[in-house]
Amino acid sequence: MAKRLTVSASPHVRSNETTTGIMLDVILALVPALVMSAIYFGTRALVLTAVTVASCVLSEFVCRKVMKRDNTLGDLSAVVTGIILAFNLPATLPLWMAAIGGIIAIVVVKQMFGGIGQNFVNPAMTARIILMVSFPTAMANWVVSGSDAWSADAITAATPMATLAGAQGGNIAAVSDSLPSIAEMLLGRHGGSMGEVCSIALICGGFYLLLRKVISPIIPFFFIGTVAVFMFFAGGGNIEFVIYQLLGGGLMLGAFFMATDYATSPITKKGKIIFAIGCGLITSVIRIYGSLPEGVSFSIILMNILVPHIENLTLSKPFGFVKEKKQKKEVEA
Amino acid sequence: MSKKTPGVLTAVRLGRGGVKVTHNKNTAEMPIERMPVPQRVILPMQQHIGAPCTPTVKVGDTVAVGQKIGDSDKFICAPIHSSISGTVVAVGDVKLANGIIVKGVTIESDGEMRLYEGIKPPVVTNKAELCAAVRESGLVGLGGAGFPTHVKLNIPEDKDIDTLIINAAECEPYITVDYRECIENAENILKGVEILKNILGFKQVIIAIEDNKPKVFKIMKEIADRDNDKDDAIKLMTLRSRYPQGAEKMMVLSATGRKVPPGKLPSDVGCVVMNVTSTAFIARYLETGKPLVSRSITVDGSAIAEPKNIRVPIGTNIQDIIDFCGGFKSEPRKIIFGGPMMGLAICGTEAPICKQNNAILAFEERKDLIKKERACIRCGRCVDVCPMSLTPTLIERYSRVKDAQKLKSINVNTCMECGSCAYACPSGRPLVQYIRLAKQVIREESGK
Repeated sequence: MAKRLTVSASPHVRSNETTTGIMLDVILALVPALVMSAIYFGTRALVLTAVTVASCVLSEFVCRKVMKRDNTLGDLSAVVTGIILAFNLPATLPLWMAAIGGIIAIVVVKQMFGGIGQNFVNPAMTARIILMVSFPTAMANWVVSGSDAWSADAITAATPMATLAGAQGGNIAAVSDSLPSIAEMLLGRHGGSMGEVCSIALICGGFYLLLRKVISPIIPFFFIGTVAVFMFFAGGGNIEFVIYQLLGGGLMLGAFFMATDYATSPITKKGKIIFAIGCGLITSVIRIYGSLPEGVSFSIILMNILVPHIENLTLSKPFGFVKEKKQKKEVEA
Repeated sequence: MSKKTPGVLTAVRLGRGGVKVTHNKNTAEMPIERMPVPQRVILPMQQHIGAPCTPTVKVGDTVAVGQKIGDSDKFICAPIHSSISGTVVAVGDVKLANGIIVKGVTIESDGEMRLYEGIKPPVVTNKAELCAAVRESGLVGLGGAGFPTHVKLNIPEDKDIDTLIINAAECEPYITVDYRECIENAENILKGVEILKNILGFKQVIIAIEDNKPKVFKIMKEIADRDNDKDDAIKLMTLRSRYPQGAEKMMVLSATGRKVPPGKLPSDVGCVVMNVTSTAFIARYLETGKPLVSRSITVDGSAIAEPKNIRVPIGTNIQDIIDFCGGFKSEPRKIIFGGPMMGLAICGTEAPICKQNNAILAFEERKDLIKKERACIRCGRCVDVCPMSLTPTLIERYSRVKDAQKLKSINVNTCMECGSCAYACPSGRPLVQYIRLAKQVIREESGK
């Protein structure tokens, strides 16, 4: 006879999806872009990633220990943060700066607010912005992909975003000499953050996440869509300009991997749409009218802050809910 | 509305959310066996939603099968009948599987299963007589809810009812008793449908079957066609098999496209939903007059030696049933009354089977039974799968701080506890438990 029966609330079966599984999917989705950055920037890309991941994992471990909370390394979210942070850094960044980035992301942004699911802004994005403000030169030391990022005299170049900022009113022809071709933009043979250059690899990873239903298509669709529409008008209908805007900078990385972060995006469908359109608008406005060439990180952070309000305003009505006015009408009828 | 076969409907409107569960209908091809008469039965006086019954027998009385042993003058209540013949040995407190103690009658069997001589088929010609007869039969919703059927059928005159939906979805995994009823007793189901339709005056009857039961569909179709239903009011409908398709509100939506508002009943949108087995029982009762004294249950799960579908006298001890199914083949870690999605985990096998129980499942330790509980990552899966458009993650948050006002504002009471949210949660959070706590918080608040 059974001595110890488990008594718990229903349901007694669970899906086999786990937090760890989801994070593993995200890591898998990031692999193509990581491989491409290793091809373009050499082993340094891999070392930089290893440093940020180690820094994130170690920070999380120490933080949980000090705070006397249970160890959460098993959910792999610290690894994801580490990889995404590395993707947002130039391949030449001194390793100690990258390590600081990891500490900021995990300790300040994530654990101090309660750990996984509780942070109100994206950890990797915030760390990137703090690094940008703290080490402006090192954080803008873009090397052209294909040159060895280890060597001190690697060829540096402006990113396509910086070049595009000079193309007033979508006048691409004026800057076409210093712009890479669209094929190069897709493959990633241009300057930029380590993981953001190869759009095609990021899109592949993004589609993998969509296929695995880890992310919903709403945020990437409306984020990228808003930027496309905005740029179409800002560029006076120049499709080429739109394509450069979509493939350049951190848009693909941001739209597929960072804006879709569960903790910092709305859980409601309507909320996701508002959030994504907001991201797209802020990104475009910064790119066209701001003094910065790139606005993806700021747009995501700004919209992150609005998430609780967006969520409150977009909570769905329960099944079969009828508005009071309508109900009265029905009664009268 | 697309029509594949004449007279066969497809769902008018699909509900949102829901989850894909593994069906595990292992016992689907096992005919219902009759269990030998147990030594004794315990008949609790509360086997339904509503007022408890008062015992009408005393210790030492001789009772026969179908003899009424408990009743109440309250309307929302179903009388209790003796399920075996023998002697009353105890009238007093009995413990139900869920730990609640209620009044109960214990009957020792004489092994004869003598039918009560007072049993005779009722004469039913109108709604009042039908409701009275159904009340006398002791019938409650056999699908699991246990709501007295006569209350459901006693539709107030001011409500305009046009549709009867026969629920044959059986969307809970493992359970196959409704499935077997459809295969073995299809004639009775159709008879029951005819009776309800003619007496209560439904304009249309929709028999709803999930698309993972083609065999049932074929049998029902053959019988429905043969009966040559002249005004073509009885229709079959296939539904996609997605949990919780069998839930009443989901059923009404799929069959008619109508939405039952929060806190309202299907009858408020012109529908009555009846379980198939309950429908077949009504037909049988009107023919024989034998009240509800036995029921079919599925006994299954990884710890059961010989999974079976069996017909047992109500009040049979769970341990006796498990012994009949070959006992446990390995040490059980969880025993469930009902299906794995909404069933109740019980703490022992010494408890009686009640009218609304449709399964006993016993499991060994399994990964999916205990998922590691982690922090909520706000992935929103619970929101996506909620068929009632609620926000389970918010309910959990407010439930932990017992904020009754906030809980009310997010409509916790609309939740039917189908368990889809907790099923889908990658962090293994016990969301249904928090939802029940939330409802408790609201009850306490309004009780103040």
